[in-house]
Amino acid sequence: MRYDSLLDSLGGTPLVGLPRLSPAPDVRLWAKLEDRNPTGSVKDRAAFFMIEQAEKDGLLARGATILEPTSGNTGISLAMIAHLRGYRMICVMPENTSVERRQILQMHGAQIISSPAAGGSNEAVRMARRLAAEHPDWVMLYQYGNEANARAHYVTTGPELLADLPGITHFVAGLGTTGTLMGVGRYLREQVPGVVIVAAEPRYGELVYGLRNVDEGFVPELYDASVLTTRFSVSANDALRRTRELLDAEGIFAGISTGGALHAALAMAAKARKAGQRADIAFIVADAGWKYLSTGAYSGTLEEAEERLEGQLWA
Amino acid sequence: MTIEVRIPTILRTYTGGAKSVEGKGDTLAELLGDLDSRHQGLRDRLVDEAGLRRFVNVYLNDEDVRFLGGLETPVTDGDTVTVLPAVAGGSR
Repeated sequence: MRYDSLLDSLGGTPLVGLPRLSPAPDVRLWAKLEDRNPTGSVKDRAAFFMIEQAEKDGLLARGATILEPTSGNTGISLAMIAHLRGYRMICVMPENTSVERRQILQMHGAQIISSPAAGGSNEAVRMARRLAAEHPDWVMLYQYGNEANARAHYVTTGPELLADLPGITHFVAGLGTTGTLMGVGRYLREQVPGVVIVAAEPRYGELVYGLRNVDEGFVPELYDASVLTTRFSVSANDALRRTRELLDAEGIFAGISTGGALHAALAMAAKARKAGQRADIAFIVADAGWKYLSTGAYSGTLEEAEERLEGQLWA
Repeated sequence: MTIEVRIPTILRTYTGGAKSVEGKGDTLAELLGDLDSRHQGLRDRLVDEAGLRRFVNVYLNDEDVRFLGGLETPVTDGDTVTVLPAVAGGSR
């Protein structure tokens, strides 16, 4: 397939069946390979739509500075596009994210400001907000509240899924900014009566949360619980185990958050089977495993890998 | 047979530092009532007049009870209930 440029090749990713992990001929799992995007993650869709919208709104002109709190993939997507279009990119990123992500960001010309590990992504958001207030000329696209993030999935990912899988019964994705779930979820709900929308939220150790008070919890502005049918919280151990199963059984080398989505997808598959219902369950492979090799997620026993992952942001 | 309830660090002052406690009941509400009889004050940190507190998530076998049946969600022996502060995650 031929495209005028790399960015023109955005989306249109393959949907592949999982014949070995699917529990029955009429209860099937399907993986949407979002690592096949320009910078290798699902975040290219949101980044592209957010930048296009900001350009339309007149917020971005050549030489402008983009600031974004990001634990990696969104930053990489934004940095690549920003570099091509002549914008300066600054990422506020928790210090406990993998070295690969930092190197890739720097490769695309981004500047990184580290936020304390203890606060996780929430602290990165707080720090980015402070910086944005101090530098009113910087443009914070703010993926957690930017409607173009969810719209990217409403306009592209959702229709792609339905075209490839007209009998879709379930959609499962990781819950971060909530953009993928909100966009795809809204689209599918309009098109497919009774479709089940499932979120898989990463469950981090207390070290990453570092929260002293329950009331400090952060809910992205994009989040609308009514779009979801149900929501899972997946431990690092389960996410790792499923990530390895996906590689072992189906040959798919995915990032760790994908293991979380697969864990929830398998739970829904088991429920459908128990209820005697047919199911075509699509889930998002957010990125490939390359960026996580240094975390040790793919070597040694599961227990060793889990220990190494303690205190790191794995999704 | 009982139901295991995992408690986050910030609430372990109510459980004498224990990471998980055990309880019984046919619904989540009954389970929390049972726990409160031994760990007084715990229920008030999780529940107010309107139901589950806004920044508290409770999971039954990893699934959010808000999407199941809230405090009336049926629970059975062998289930695992996990209490967590509400926070965002994801590779963003």
